[in-house]
Amino acid sequence: MSTQISNTIVLLPDQATAKLPKRNYINNEHGLLSWLLTGDHKRIAMLYLISITFFFFIGGAFAGLIRLELLTPAPDLVSSDTYNKFFTMHGIIMIFLFLVPSVPATLGNFFIPIMIGAKDLAFPKINLLSWYLYLIGGTLTLTALVLGGVDTGWTFTTPLSTHYLNTHVITAASAIFIAGFSSIFTGLNFIVTIHRMRAPGMTWFRMPLFCWSNYAASILMVLGTPVLAIAIVLVALERLVGIGVFDPAKGGDPLLFQHLFWFYSHPAVYIMILPGMGVISEVISTFSRKRVFGYTAVAFSSVAIALFGFFVWAHHMFIMGVSNYSALVFSLLTMLVAVPSAIKIFNWAFTLQKGSITFETPMLYAFGFMGLFTIGGLTGVFLGSLGMDIHLTETYFIVAHFHFVMVGGMLMAFLAGIHFWWPKMTGRMYPESLSKLAAVTTFIGFNLTFLPQFILGYLGMPRRYHAYPQEYQVLNVLSTAGATVLGVGYMLPLLYLGWSLKYGAIAGDNPWQATGLEWQIQSPPLTENFVTIPIVDYEAYDYEWLEKKQREEVTTVG
Amino acid sequence: MANTVAHTNPLDKVDHLEKLMPHESIINEEGEHVVLPQHRHHFETEEQQREAGSFGMWLFLLTEIMFFGGMFFAYLLYRNWYYPAFVVSSNQLNVGMGAANTAILITSGFFMALGVWAAEVRKKNLLVLMLILTTVFGCAFLGVKYFEYKEKYELHHIPGSSFSTAMFTNPGAYHLKEEPLAPDMAEKTQIFFFLYFAMTGMHALHMIIGIVLLFWLTWRAHKGAFSSGYVAPIENFGLYWHFVDIVWLFLFPLLYLINRHPVH
Repeated sequence: MSTQISNTIVLLPDQATAKLPKRNYINNEHGLLSWLLTGDHKRIAMLYLISITFFFFIGGAFAGLIRLELLTPAPDLVSSDTYNKFFTMHGIIMIFLFLVPSVPATLGNFFIPIMIGAKDLAFPKINLLSWYLYLIGGTLTLTALVLGGVDTGWTFTTPLSTHYLNTHVITAASAIFIAGFSSIFTGLNFIVTIHRMRAPGMTWFRMPLFCWSNYAASILMVLGTPVLAIAIVLVALERLVGIGVFDPAKGGDPLLFQHLFWFYSHPAVYIMILPGMGVISEVISTFSRKRVFGYTAVAFSSVAIALFGFFVWAHHMFIMGVSNYSALVFSLLTMLVAVPSAIKIFNWAFTLQKGSITFETPMLYAFGFMGLFTIGGLTGVFLGSLGMDIHLTETYFIVAHFHFVMVGGMLMAFLAGIHFWWPKMTGRMYPESLSKLAAVTTFIGFNLTFLPQFILGYLGMPRRYHAYPQEYQVLNVLSTAGATVLGVGYMLPLLYLGWSLKYGAIAGDNPWQATGLEWQIQSPPLTENFVTIPIVDYEAYDYEWLEKKQREEVTTVG
Repeated sequence: MANTVAHTNPLDKVDHLEKLMPHESIINEEGEHVVLPQHRHHFETEEQQREAGSFGMWLFLLTEIMFFGGMFFAYLLYRNWYYPAFVVSSNQLNVGMGAANTAILITSGFFMALGVWAAEVRKKNLLVLMLILTTVFGCAFLGVKYFEYKEKYELHHIPGSSFSTAMFTNPGAYHLKEEPLAPDMAEKTQIFFFLYFAMTGMHALHMIIGIVLLFWLTWRAHKGAFSSGYVAPIENFGLYWHFVDIVWLFLFPLLYLINRHPVH
């Protein structure tokens, strides 16, 4: 009965008597090969989860080294070349190997098919291929690291990357090229799955918002990533053959590289944040026991962000000599992106209004997201304004801005999602009080790390330098102290989630009493997800209906 | 009730499911339900599987357009900037070979289209023949391309250390009826040739991948894999092959024809 789905929306089995199901996707087959050659989207999601966690901690280690160097004004820990390699590796690993695949490849992979009532993604083999491509990309990055690192910055700015540096640019570039195809295949799989695999009755506007936001991110992956690929191929060819497409000495134009690079890399920011926004919609709705306010607006705002996201890339180039007119247009378009983002924030706020809010760990992370993302987003408007940008760009202000969006926003959303769905993925609960402590630690550590950087940037401390004048030290010490707290905040989940795999309480099928399809099947799910394909005849997040039903049941019993 | 189902073999469930939702099922002579071997378990129906496959292929082609798009963008930009250099270098391309290649590629695409038709009407031998002809013409294209590249090598038009602008600064010495270019503009011909090699090279790489796939498809077709109504791989490969054709149909005028003027 646990997997039977009829016309009733939700089943709320007794959690106290819950047992781990005898057969599930984890114990369905045994042996390493059954994992490495699997086509099951849930197993591939777990493979991804392990690999991105690995790279997250490597990237995090570099962040720690950067902060350690910046503890003192003098360049005392490492030489400037080594420092350049630190922040380059930090950027490459965190962006291409952690943030881009984080939510889509793990949570999206695991839950999109289940949420729309399908048995798997449309192309399971391509899904597995995408994980292998990711691994190859990751291995090449590590190779570049072991051989001596790259120091171009994650942006591979030409002609620096093509003419002036003799580090392992080509190795790192091929790593990104290959990891890019992994992300293209993930996006392609999601789009086809969402278009073609929805269960009977699962209309577009009955889909959970998590699917909508991953769908929007997938569009960006499919359309943006190939442009990055070709830009990187051209950089590699320029290094190998020495031909000047990007070399002004030979008539080429470095600005062309900037256009091609940011045509992907700005949308990439939305690739990173959109799936996180999807997680927040799920979490906020579940823990305020309310339907997401303005469901349609939130769904369309994801698509709007994806669409506008393609037309703002030149705001990375305001100080690089683009024409005033295009700067003006791109500045206006940049501010336009703030609109759909604000729609989301306001709608979440209205979802909370008069909701029955509870403060479970995922909800704490989601609150963290809302606050920090709002700050990150609004400071983005500062940077989109032409005059301010000239003062603030290439300073710590911009570093703080995108860390608020990426770390404060996306990483919080990722952790919210991991905690929210951990019981479904593993069948076990994480320890609640410890995880609340971790959520609070992360929030405090984060603010301590990055708020001082806004001030530093405003005062004029440039990014990417390993030494700075004496007067910036106090704020830098605060930032480094915050990074330490943040590090603890990230280590905690790794430890207690690992612990919970064996010792966590049995979660049961629906620990949050949520309405999504993924909560109506056993935890951990069967390999084929559903015993019978569900027929969906209700809206997403129908908590009002659920509440009414529960109330009536009590009356009947009484 | 569901508990009993939950412990049965997952393969039974496919059957079970299809009985619940017989949108598209194949019934054999005895009136029994048959699941075709190529039907993957996570699709409810054959139709869904086929649609998903072709939709996925179209999306992939979209990423390919974006991939080539970056180079087309670079081409248009530099052509605008260095117009004289692009005119002269474009005139050095071998239109005869380019036109022959266009014809060869269109013929190859024609046989591919016939191949898709042959698969749909389940004519195994015809399909194999068509795939072989597609491959032959694809290889012919690459052969012509080889001679074109060789010619460029002999003329020192391959970008890099051996590149020579002599032909463009002093066309008279090479019996060319072109206006000589100033040395700095003549340098820019190298950008044209780089883009020429990058674009046609990337196109040729797609052809090579396509030919490898053709070998594999021909072998499977020979084994009869596509003679029972299962044509998705042939159809999807057809889409890819036609896409590669279309890229060439843009490259040919842009690189070979656009600046051509009658030689006086």
